[in-house]
Amino acid sequence: MNLFYDPWPWYIGGPLIALVMFVLLYLGKQFGMSSNLRTACSALGAGKAADFFKFDWRTQRWNLMVVLGAIIGGFIASNFMSDNIVTINPEVAQQLADDYNITSANEAYLPTEIFSMENISQPKNILILLIGGLLVGFGARYAGGCTSGHAISGLSNLQLPSLIAVIGFFIGGLVMIHLIYPLIF
Amino acid sequence: MRYITYLIVGIFFGIIMFKSEAASWFRIYEMFQFGSFHMYGIMGSALAIGIIGVQLIKRKNIKPIDGGEMRLQPKDKGFSRYMIGGIIFGLGWALSGACPGPMYVLAGAGYFPILIVILGALLGTFLYGLVKNKLPH
Repeated sequence: MNLFYDPWPWYIGGPLIALVMFVLLYLGKQFGMSSNLRTACSALGAGKAADFFKFDWRTQRWNLMVVLGAIIGGFIASNFMSDNIVTINPEVAQQLADDYNITSANEAYLPTEIFSMENISQPKNILILLIGGLLVGFGARYAGGCTSGHAISGLSNLQLPSLIAVIGFFIGGLVMIHLIYPLIF
Repeated sequence: MRYITYLIVGIFFGIIMFKSEAASWFRIYEMFQFGSFHMYGIMGSALAIGIIGVQLIKRKNIKPIDGGEMRLQPKDKGFSRYMIGGIIFGLGWALSGACPGPMYVLAGAGYFPILIVILGALLGTFLYGLVKNKLPH
């Protein structure tokens, strides 16, 4: 296995995510990605519209630096450390092709049917991405955290609220994939 | 200097998200179809190490580098906000195939349609701020 170029198995990715959390804790910070969305709203002047955004967003600049780093990390990994092809369970790939006409599994990193520049002009794709993002942003703030803040940070600290939130994440995800996908794709 | 440290942590995080394929729509879809152990393995192993590490921090009373307290405050008690907010988040996670960390990573990787998801997430966050006081928490 070429660790530099090949995809990383779960037993490398998972422990490294825990390492990121510990490094941030050691730096006196808490691992959480969705709070940056609130910081960005505040920096863009949303404090004029709602008290929720009235705080000194400059205290969160450290986390915006993590975001900037994540963008750079994505650039480095996709350009120099990957062939940008994700191989998934062949049965799932077949089901995607049969049921939804999504045939780019095992050929791309994201489904080209939704994420390619040619297909993004379709109103349906724009709506899917916009509404998906809307739900992620709204839900993450309502629940007080996302996959990093609840599923990793919160559960590592054995917090019941995080367990409830993560159960909610999976209920929502399963409903979307199994009940709503057949209606929209 | 401090900001450079966070930038490096972010770069490291971005590479992990991309290389472990946690940022891939296909992996999220496959996870919700129970088609592979991969995503469960990532979250499970991160969590197992996380739980052990946090226990060690608490028992050995390890302090952050600047001497303050570890930021491990308990979250507010409650049920509705975590369950309802969690379900809304999960719906969006599965619809867009991306959660907040991977969104930024994918933007850097050059998948520019993800910017629509980021725009949506900013709007959703803003919307929550507007209606927050009317929601059950």
